[in-house]
Amino acid sequence: MSGRLRVATVWLDGCSGCHMSFLDMDELLLELAPRLELAYSPLVDRKEFPDRVDLALLEGAVSTPEDEAKARLVRAHSRLVVALGDCACQGNVPALRNRLDNEQLLDLVYRQQADGPAAAPPDRNVPPLLTHSLPLHRVIAVDLFLPGCPPPPAAIVRALTAVLDGETLSELPTLKFG
Amino acid sequence: MSGGRVITLQIDGRDCGADENQTILEVAQENGIFIPTLCHLNGLHPVGGCRICMVEVEGAPRPLPACVTHPAEGMRVTTDTPELRRRRRLILELMLAEGNHVCAVCVVNGHCELQELALQLGVDHLEIPALYPRREVDASHPRFGLDRNRCVLCTRCVRVCGEIEGAHTWDVMGRGLKAAIISDLNQPWGEAESCTACGKCVQVCPTGALFEKGKATGEMVKRHLHLPLLTAMRKEEEER
Repeated sequence: MSGRLRVATVWLDGCSGCHMSFLDMDELLLELAPRLELAYSPLVDRKEFPDRVDLALLEGAVSTPEDEAKARLVRAHSRLVVALGDCACQGNVPALRNRLDNEQLLDLVYRQQADGPAAAPPDRNVPPLLTHSLPLHRVIAVDLFLPGCPPPPAAIVRALTAVLDGETLSELPTLKFG
Repeated sequence: MSGGRVITLQIDGRDCGADENQTILEVAQENGIFIPTLCHLNGLHPVGGCRICMVEVEGAPRPLPACVTHPAEGMRVTTDTPELRRRRRLILELMLAEGNHVCAVCVVNGHCELQELALQLGVDHLEIPALYPRREVDASHPRFGLDRNRCVLCTRCVRVCGEIEGAHTWDVMGRGLKAAIISDLNQPWGEAESCTACGKCVQVCPTGALFEKGKATGEMVKRHLHLPLLTAMRKEEEER
């Protein structure tokens, strides 16, 4: 591959644990660094998603219209998309709400249990919710699933090096759930 | 099981000697050939419920569950083909899609037969949209809990309670998506008079559906290796 691999990481409805696992690659990050360019990420200070990205790692379920729009934007500008972690792969903890009623849930959390004056979501702080928190592949095409809560750093290293070395992504082994 | 005619069959191209009363699964296990299972548990009556163990038998129009199929003279069995793997994956996906299986918050995370099977079969996401059903949790028993969200209706609890403990507290109520494990006549577990609180159901459950109270995420490890010994000892007793 000519030039450095343009990598993006994106944070949807997740706890950021997958990003912590990304950082947990530790010194391997240094080894990979000369071959990578972190083009967009919550870890760097870039506001707009770039035009062209080689590999986008998305953490979290798709829970709000904002998440959905972001996922579609990433897909449109990325060659390969990876569902990073259990939330992106299968909904996981955010999807625990899927069997509850959204309106009742918001009412309970933001009105009945409110400390101060009862809020009235959705507003600018509490986005409207999609009916269900969805795994990423329900919204956009996904090239690779890296499950785990979080996925082990070794799994992320494996995916990154596979792309760098031009291997087929679909042949990577699944490592863990939960 | 033994006492029948001795026959010869082929499993994955290997010649195997067997008693005709055995099952294909037993013969395979004796010969070190791995067939994935879920509802099956050595020591309990096989029911062929989950169909994960299905194998191809030459001449049969469709795959057959190895845990309840008896061998026959000259039978040719194949345990692992792309088509079998596809079917097993599909069954597992259907199970996962009709429950609420969230490893990250489950007591058996890391020690779960369902999770292990998903890893083996490479089910890293569901092609089938999940249903997110509303299922009841029963925490009325002082020592144990039942989270039906994690239940795959393998009926191991029903069988161990009826066959080994002899209490028959558990049963299945309802059909299809409404099927659920119930105690006594659908009373809360804590009020089920037949329950001896022996905990065998908890130990044989392949998922986190039945669990010991007080165990946090990943802390529950199931122990059921004593089961085959228990059944063997009983049989010996009966035959004496």
